[in-house]
Amino acid sequence: MKDVAVVGFAQAPNVRRTHGTTNGVEMLVPVFREVFDRTGLSKQDIGFWCSGSSDYLAGRAFSFVAAVDAIGAFPPIHESHVEMDAAWALYEAWLKIRTGEVDTALVYGFGKSSAGTLRRVLALQLDPYVTAPLWPDSIGIAGLQARLGLEAGLWSEKDMAEVAARSRADAAGNPYAQVREPVEVAELLDAPVVADPLRAHDIAPVTDGAAVVVLASAERARDLVERPAVITGIEHRVDSPALGSRDLTRSPSTEAAARAAGAGEVTVAELHAPFTHQELILREALGLGAGVRINPSGGPLTGNPMFSAGLARIGEAATRILDGTAERVLAHATSGPALQQNLVAVLERD
Amino acid sequence: MAKQLTAVLGTGQTHHRAKRTDVSMPGLIREAVDRALEDAQVDWPDIDAVVLGKAPDMFEGVMMPELFLADALGATGKPLLRVHTAGSVGGSTALVAATLIQAGVHRRVLTVAYEKQSESNAMWALSILPPFQMPVGAGAGGYFAPHVRSYIRRSGAPTHVGAIVAAKDRRNGALNPYAHLRQPDITVESVQASQMLWDPIRYDETCPSSDGACAMVLGDEAAGDAVPGGAAWLHATAMRTEPTTFAGRDQVNPQAGRDAAAALWRDAGITDPMSEVDVAEIYVPFSWFEPMWLENLGFAPEGEGWKVTESGETALGGRLPVNPSGGVLSSNPIGASGMLRFSEAAKQVMGRAGDYQVDGARTALGHAYGGGSQFFAMWLVGADKP
Repeated sequence: MKDVAVVGFAQAPNVRRTHGTTNGVEMLVPVFREVFDRTGLSKQDIGFWCSGSSDYLAGRAFSFVAAVDAIGAFPPIHESHVEMDAAWALYEAWLKIRTGEVDTALVYGFGKSSAGTLRRVLALQLDPYVTAPLWPDSIGIAGLQARLGLEAGLWSEKDMAEVAARSRADAAGNPYAQVREPVEVAELLDAPVVADPLRAHDIAPVTDGAAVVVLASAERARDLVERPAVITGIEHRVDSPALGSRDLTRSPSTEAAARAAGAGEVTVAELHAPFTHQELILREALGLGAGVRINPSGGPLTGNPMFSAGLARIGEAATRILDGTAERVLAHATSGPALQQNLVAVLERD
Repeated sequence: MAKQLTAVLGTGQTHHRAKRTDVSMPGLIREAVDRALEDAQVDWPDIDAVVLGKAPDMFEGVMMPELFLADALGATGKPLLRVHTAGSVGGSTALVAATLIQAGVHRRVLTVAYEKQSESNAMWALSILPPFQMPVGAGAGGYFAPHVRSYIRRSGAPTHVGAIVAAKDRRNGALNPYAHLRQPDITVESVQASQMLWDPIRYDETCPSSDGACAMVLGDEAAGDAVPGGAAWLHATAMRTEPTTFAGRDQVNPQAGRDAAAALWRDAGITDPMSEVDVAEIYVPFSWFEPMWLENLGFAPEGEGWKVTESGETALGGRLPVNPSGGVLSSNPIGASGMLRFSEAAKQVMGRAGDYQVDGARTALGHAYGGGSQFFAMWLVGADKP
């Protein structure tokens, strides 16, 4: 089977609110242009297109249908869509190239979280018969998870604040980040709680955004860029939806995906943790030691565009190889309440 | 290394009804999944990954329901993918599952598609008006009726051709124990006497709104070889998309559908589909789409699909039986309707289609489309390895 590499990544600015439509076209057209300019490819060169987005986020059925307008009319395209973060669309595109059916693919994700009240919208992911009617929202559930870890002595509120402070310091160097003001840990801990024990800094901001990653077979990739980021492993797993039956302080699906993907010995990791304590869970599940640079982009705590933030983690991690600053990196994406579903990708210099 | 050979090992579906209030969503899905696992003679530990498809989440009122269905799908601890490509989703879901085998990642994959429209209100879900878009406001029938009128004008087809399709598919549905509508006594005349809904589409020429699910187990060459009586082997697959509206778009005979069919026949080595394909399960939600898709798929020259239908060639016993299962006109659990077409094609070449088995079926087409006739998914399966 063919090896597959990331050859390009572009993203829309992470912002609290865009004025564009919920179908993402206004955010996608400029990033398509950017990634085409960077790779020298055009629409006609793309063998397969795959996207990730959500109707519920857009508040309407078939929101992805109008997004196809961003690609242009003719000729018709070979295309698919997942109702998931676009990191899983990248997985589908990776499969397509592996089969040898195509040798390039463009993956995109988009979401306008500002169209609704995100924490309430996400509550509709819960079991509609027994859990959703109680309306525990996404932040409330994450708060329960954080509390369990605090009481088990697995992390402290200071550990959580340190994740936030590091993320913001790194985001200062990322022009696409939404939250970029460096801040001291002590200052963060003085803030009031939002959903006990979570403070504002523990919770990813509400973000509108979009991201694009271009994949190519390893052979084709060498013609397109100097240092393609070859995907040496990509795996995903899901945990039970029954919150009460899970040990919420661990992430077994991340552990299993990491094992299968051959994670380990990476120098950089981009983790899709929308809450500070979830980064701590993920670092443990992935076996990332103190020497691993976590989220040099600033990560989701400084900009969390729903349905493209996971894809952006792969794009950000791949960028460290494309720009020659790393040899072997890890990217992670998550979906669902309390880290229910997780994807792990390992990328290496060719 | 080239694509791995891929086979359908077994299929299952629910009884389709307007309201399956006797089961929850997990219950509905398990009805189809349990039948598929039994038909494929595999058990949960044999399943490496699960791929779920369904149409808009608002049809049930649950955001990304695969998350809460993970346990019921047997996916916990395994890879789980969720596909959504509008009405073609049942077909594209099967194609994503096939890719997992073709890429050599997994040996056996469970793929499931469902819709439980009685949980919410599909007309409400389709009636949210996004800004800057032309409102349809008349349901799917109102959207597609002008395309049908255009087809009749362009082809000069006599107006009873739609009724021929409807009577045939409903009579076929009467042979299918899982079908939602089973009308053995329906006639062309009774269809023509039914209420006009969206001129020229009458009540009896319209698909029902169903609760239902479909599941299949796909496997690699070794798994396919082990199927008693023979698996259904994938000979070719194709997916194509075009935007909903743009100047010069032909909505009656869309380029995306023609391109997908051309790729399918090319990859399967088929030069004359009408002679080389034994049976077709085509996504026909409104009667007239049978002749329209016969042309779009290349079974008939442009403007002549209606002649194939009128001559009776698409009935059971005809040269190319179309929708012997009863098709979308007999059962329409939207998200599953495409997968039903794909699985019914597989059942035909496996010789497992019961009372609507097409004698000697060796090669079968499964077809699905969605959106404003803009998303196309299809596969060609055979009793022999490609």
